[in-house]
Amino acid sequence: MSGYLEGVLVLLAVNVVFAYGGFLPLAAGQLNLGLAGFAAIGAYASAYLSNVFKLAPLVAIPLAGIIAGAVALVVAVPVLRTRGIYLALATFALGQIVQAGILNLEVVGGAAGYPVAAFIRLPTIAATAVIVVALVWLLFATRFGLAVIAVHDDEGAADLIGIDVRAFQIAAFALGSAIAGVGGGLYAHHFSFIEAQYFNISLSITIVLYVLLGGTQTVVGPLLGAAVFTLLPELLRASAHWRYVAFAAAVIVIMALRPEGLVTGAQLRRLFGFTRAEHVGLPKERTG
Amino acid sequence: MSATDPILRLESVSKHFGGLRVIEDLTLAVRRGVRTALIGPNGAGKTTVFNLITGVFPVDAGRILLDGADITGTPSRLRIRHGIARSFQNIRLMPHLSTLENVMVGQHCRNPGLRGVLQPVNLVPRNRWREAARAALANAALIQYERSTVGNLPYGVQKRIELVRALMAQPRLLLLDEPAAGLNPAETEALQAQLEKVCAGGGLTVLVVEHDMHFVGALCEAVIVLDFGRKIAEGSPEEIRHNLLVQETYLGTPAAEPMEQHRAYSA
Repeated sequence: MSGYLEGVLVLLAVNVVFAYGGFLPLAAGQLNLGLAGFAAIGAYASAYLSNVFKLAPLVAIPLAGIIAGAVALVVAVPVLRTRGIYLALATFALGQIVQAGILNLEVVGGAAGYPVAAFIRLPTIAATAVIVVALVWLLFATRFGLAVIAVHDDEGAADLIGIDVRAFQIAAFALGSAIAGVGGGLYAHHFSFIEAQYFNISLSITIVLYVLLGGTQTVVGPLLGAAVFTLLPELLRASAHWRYVAFAAAVIVIMALRPEGLVTGAQLRRLFGFTRAEHVGLPKERTG
Repeated sequence: MSATDPILRLESVSKHFGGLRVIEDLTLAVRRGVRTALIGPNGAGKTTVFNLITGVFPVDAGRILLDGADITGTPSRLRIRHGIARSFQNIRLMPHLSTLENVMVGQHCRNPGLRGVLQPVNLVPRNRWREAARAALANAALIQYERSTVGNLPYGVQKRIELVRALMAQPRLLLLDEPAAGLNPAETEALQAQLEKVCAGGGLTVLVVEHDMHFVGALCEAVIVLDFGRKIAEGSPEEIRHNLLVQETYLGTPAAEPMEQHRAYSA
């Protein structure tokens, strides 16, 4: 396998993991613009655990995910009191705080960056990505998935049905952050060097874009979103610097044509050959 | 407990929104097993009564008792575990879920704790909760819609799905907010048949807000009339039909054309 191809596939696998980190809160109707901060916590925690305590990456990375999730759990309580645009701003600020904190942490190199000794290759990273996708898929096949989407669709009705809206929002936020932490750990151990500048707001926005463009309603959406938007710029590489223009244009076209994302729940139910009941064709009397 | 003891009691309940007195010193009782209608002009406070019973709003004064237990301070999320389920005036199904998934969401309160939450309802085809939800849909003659995304279904079908979802909580008290509003005659008939089937088993008390007096007359055994947040009459549908005060404020006199009542506010 060429170095280029391996590099692209590693990036794809890491982005898929990040995308699921963004998917969980978005599925519950919450925008987390601080994902890069949790990815940074995961990356630095994993690097530190392997550099200092000589833990194997396969031990350090899951631990780093747990640490990122635990931090998210603590901050979720105040942060998730805000809603809508304020939640987006609060999580954005959270990401900035993490980044600024790392820049001032001399024990992990501060602004100079932090070398990571233990190295992992594509098979490990790809396997981890597969495990993450499988776990999220399993989780969403349980009542948890139903409750999260119910909270997304109608918080008030979900509450009266007996769903603890806040608990599910906090759980989705913390689990998503833990997954972002795992993604950060994978990144750190493959690229062998991390710096706070990498985990900036544009990483958070890119992750959110994967999910929004792929679709927030099904577990397939983030996978497709991350795949399309990791591979598309590579395929467009031939057109040199125009590729970013073409990429941005593709984003706008998809948003215009598929406002709910490339994959939606209704579409999957159709695709999988479920019979369309006789109601189709009946006029819709009211949208309620 | 006798068969006619109240399953629900509101004692001197008041609710104000700012200076607006929506519910004023309201005392009412819904007898166990008696299908009861709550009627009154627009803005009389009917939906507010439902919102107070389900805890969407806290009461400003008074007590709410369910089966003798004081639930006045119980958070809205926990009231369904006391056996109160409801439907909404405007359908509030989860538009991104399928019909079957919506009905399974209705089982949530019977699946407490981590074990309940991790029930693999969409993974194991023979999962007992999934089977129960399918059986309920089949029973309501809605099984052909189980895989459909609810947002795309006709209004009348959505209303009936909402009823099935509410019943999945196995409530003792079912609150229906204008179940027949916006339905065509065939859909109203289907809904009424479904409701009669539900009530036939006993053990369930239905309190329904409804403007369609034919529907009320056919379904309900008792009627409570509200106006300006106060109870102005109660009795059997027949008594209410002939109550002069109710005719004047709401139903219209037989001689005159029934007039739509318009109030400055709605609740």
